[in-house]
Amino acid sequence: MKKYSIFSLLRNSVNYHQDWQKNWRSPDPKPHYDVVIVGGGGHGLATAYYLAKECGVTNVAVIEKGWIGGGNTGRNTTIVRSNYLWDESAGIYEHAMKLWEGLSLDLNYNVMFSQRGLLHLAHSVHDMQEIGRRGNAIHLNGIDSEFVTPAQVKEMVPFINLNCRYPIMGALLQKRGGTARHDAVAWGYARKADDMGVDIIQNCEVTGFRIENNTVTGVDTTRGMIGAGKVGCVTAGHSGVLADMAGFRLPIESMPLQALVSEPIKPILDCVVMSGSVHAYISQSDKGELVIGAGTDNYNSYSQRGSFNIIEETVGPVIELYPIFSRMKMLRQWGGIVDVTVDRSPILSKTPVNNMYFNCGWGTGGFKATPGSGNVFAHSIARGEMHPIAEPFSIDRFNTGALIDEGAAAAVAH
Amino acid sequence: MLLINCPWCGERDQTEFTPHGEAHIARPLDPYALSEQEWGDYVFFRSNTKGIHYERWVHSHGCRRWFNAVRNTATDVIHATYKPGEPRPEISTEEPS
Repeated sequence: MKKYSIFSLLRNSVNYHQDWQKNWRSPDPKPHYDVVIVGGGGHGLATAYYLAKECGVTNVAVIEKGWIGGGNTGRNTTIVRSNYLWDESAGIYEHAMKLWEGLSLDLNYNVMFSQRGLLHLAHSVHDMQEIGRRGNAIHLNGIDSEFVTPAQVKEMVPFINLNCRYPIMGALLQKRGGTARHDAVAWGYARKADDMGVDIIQNCEVTGFRIENNTVTGVDTTRGMIGAGKVGCVTAGHSGVLADMAGFRLPIESMPLQALVSEPIKPILDCVVMSGSVHAYISQSDKGELVIGAGTDNYNSYSQRGSFNIIEETVGPVIELYPIFSRMKMLRQWGGIVDVTVDRSPILSKTPVNNMYFNCGWGTGGFKATPGSGNVFAHSIARGEMHPIAEPFSIDRFNTGALIDEGAAAAVAH
Repeated sequence: MLLINCPWCGERDQTEFTPHGEAHIARPLDPYALSEQEWGDYVFFRSNTKGIHYERWVHSHGCRRWFNAVRNTATDVIHATYKPGEPRPEISTEEPS
């Protein structure tokens, strides 16, 4: 693999960019791998990368139904933050944040990680108490967060309407929060994993599992049977479908989550602003589009569509908070299927089937955790024991009652 | 979806309704007799079917009464709605959507 550098850029620019090599191969599946990762999104590719890089397991395949990064990795609103309430969440999201901070260098691929700051608005006394509690909990976990006044919010976002229907009373700021380019994350991980010998097999759908004596031995795919020592399933919205193939159920319901982007405009918003109370998430991409995250529908569905009323309920608060955007044209709107757990925390866990691991339940906010999730999941698969950071996210917590209830406490309204 | 046929009121806009997840999950008669796994399975674990899904809805901005629906979660087409206590209608997955 040729290294990307200023020199390779110069060399290729004088050659009309004809000589860039392919970022990854498209190999035929081998009959057997030590580890098969099902799902070629960010989390799956990151898992394969860290398996090869940190665990010395290179006989790995990533099997993807469509094309890599074509699922929720390519549909999210690209926000990265680690300002969660509970210690367990702080552990995994901050682990991810630290990896984000060196990711472009690590991958030799510009993931355009931009720590532009992330504001979480408070609109009521209850909101103020919630950010007070959470902000202090975040401090105790050694993660940055600051309380800011409405005047400081106005300084950061001069066109915000402080005296909107639910006036802004304060905000929680995570300066290290920001955005990253979602496609580049998938491509960067894929390129580096492929370089270390991982086979990335696209257009290959898993149709079933080979299970003998309650131990997984392989996966049936549309390109034939592939033997596997261990299997890691990282399939987001379709995790329930895969669990069904393996013969067990998950504490997950899959729901549509929508997002929309506007036409591109000149730079106007240089931080991420989110408001859980009125449900308005907005940032501006480097291309200039306003990226707006909507809420989930409340019924479970795999239709990748979502209801029209959700769009209205999303755009309403946005134009109340930012009247200047009221005449913006929305360019695209889409839906993805997110796997929502009842406590709104993910599942990284062993399963009732031996040697089969699931990494799912990231719900509406998995993108931010991509490097951390892949990292601890890789170590868990390689060692056969869950990584200490992943341990609390076991599927068993739904039996013992040790839930990690970010549903009430996270910065997002669910 | 868009329109939902409430078995009590007839067709109304989807926004009048609230879904409440999988239907026909019977509450265990003696919860104290259950193991942690069995109780966890009852409370939290769901089929999350891709395809024909039997589910509960409530007409929250209408008659406020509960009913069941059969919906294809891959297409969001509702094949039938029926009152609580009525037997679940058998829906073939071959049915045109």
